[in-house]
Amino acid sequence: MRFFERRPPSAKSAKDRLQLVLIHDRTDLTPAVLDALKDDLLTAISQHVEIDPSSVRIEVTHEGRSQRLVADIPLRSVTRRRTG
Amino acid sequence: MGAQVITITSGKGGVGKTTAVANLAVALAADGQKVVCVDGDIGLRNLDVVMGLENRIVYDVVDVIEGRCRLRQAMIRDKRLPELYLIPAAQTRDKSAVSPSEMVRLCDELRGEVDWVLIDSPAGIERGFKNAIAPADRVIVLTNPEVSAVRDADRVIGILEAEEKGSPDLIINRLNPALVRRHDMLSAEDVLDLLAVRLLGIVPEDENVIVATNRGIPVALDGKSRAGEAFRNIARRIKGEDVPFMDFDNQGTLWQKLSRLTGRKSS
Repeated sequence: MRFFERRPPSAKSAKDRLQLVLIHDRTDLTPAVLDALKDDLLTAISQHVEIDPSSVRIEVTHEGRSQRLVADIPLRSVTRRRTG
Repeated sequence: MGAQVITITSGKGGVGKTTAVANLAVALAADGQKVVCVDGDIGLRNLDVVMGLENRIVYDVVDVIEGRCRLRQAMIRDKRLPELYLIPAAQTRDKSAVSPSEMVRLCDELRGEVDWVLIDSPAGIERGFKNAIAPADRVIVLTNPEVSAVRDADRVIGILEAEEKGSPDLIINRLNPALVRRHDMLSAEDVLDLLAVRLLGIVPEDENVIVATNRGIPVALDGKSRAGEAFRNIARRIKGEDVPFMDFDNQGTLWQKLSRLTGRKSS
């Protein structure tokens, strides 16, 4: 019954939501801008090396009060492609 | 040389800036320091009522700046503490009546008169805020453990860093230890993790603050109040003393204490 269901404590969702909103406030990077940036990066990198677009991760991390744009772009193995 | 100028600001309104200024001033003055508070919220004067000095106002900060009175005439002496003064905000003017450079000049004059100048900043990040931080040697950002207050505090910290005011100190006001224990309020650690600045103190939520404000007697003068104790501790840290942070863990209800003892998750 719903009546007995306990809702998860709210402090965690406050912190998680703030973490995201502060990154955007500090950097002016909205999720939409980040998506556009990701598309442009993929296009540029694909011209030189082969990558799997679905495994690319781009996120903003922070250390203290400074923000960092981190792109994790796994490269497709050339040898595997030859044998496969 | 002379007094240190400290501005207390928050971005968001209603988090307790004026109460904090009144209490830190009272605590410093009760400790033998010479203190003057300046109400920077022109048009929305309030520090006078919180300190219980509203009936003594003749001149205000704009009168001093525009030369209608001497500095000493606008410094209202506190009823209880001989070395505590208030320079009230003008009530019938707006923030544009004062400029940042005029605030700097006013505070430079005050530096020779006292040990500490505390400025109560208005909410927001516009002219009144700029006026309040212009003369500051040190800025204290006040916040509540709550999403909108923390977000606004972060904005203000960003602006202070951009204006090369350095990294401010943080006071977390109105923390409710029982709610934190239930994980239904951001803890002090959560707030520090998000804002990444130095913690100056944590003030617990305390009904005595409302009672004290009703009477115009700052809670720092109440020896039994937890919030009063927290403000007195912060005042000592401002003076450079090393004061341990208060332990809020012995504050829970009997049931919560028993729950912790038996290792059972409370609620």
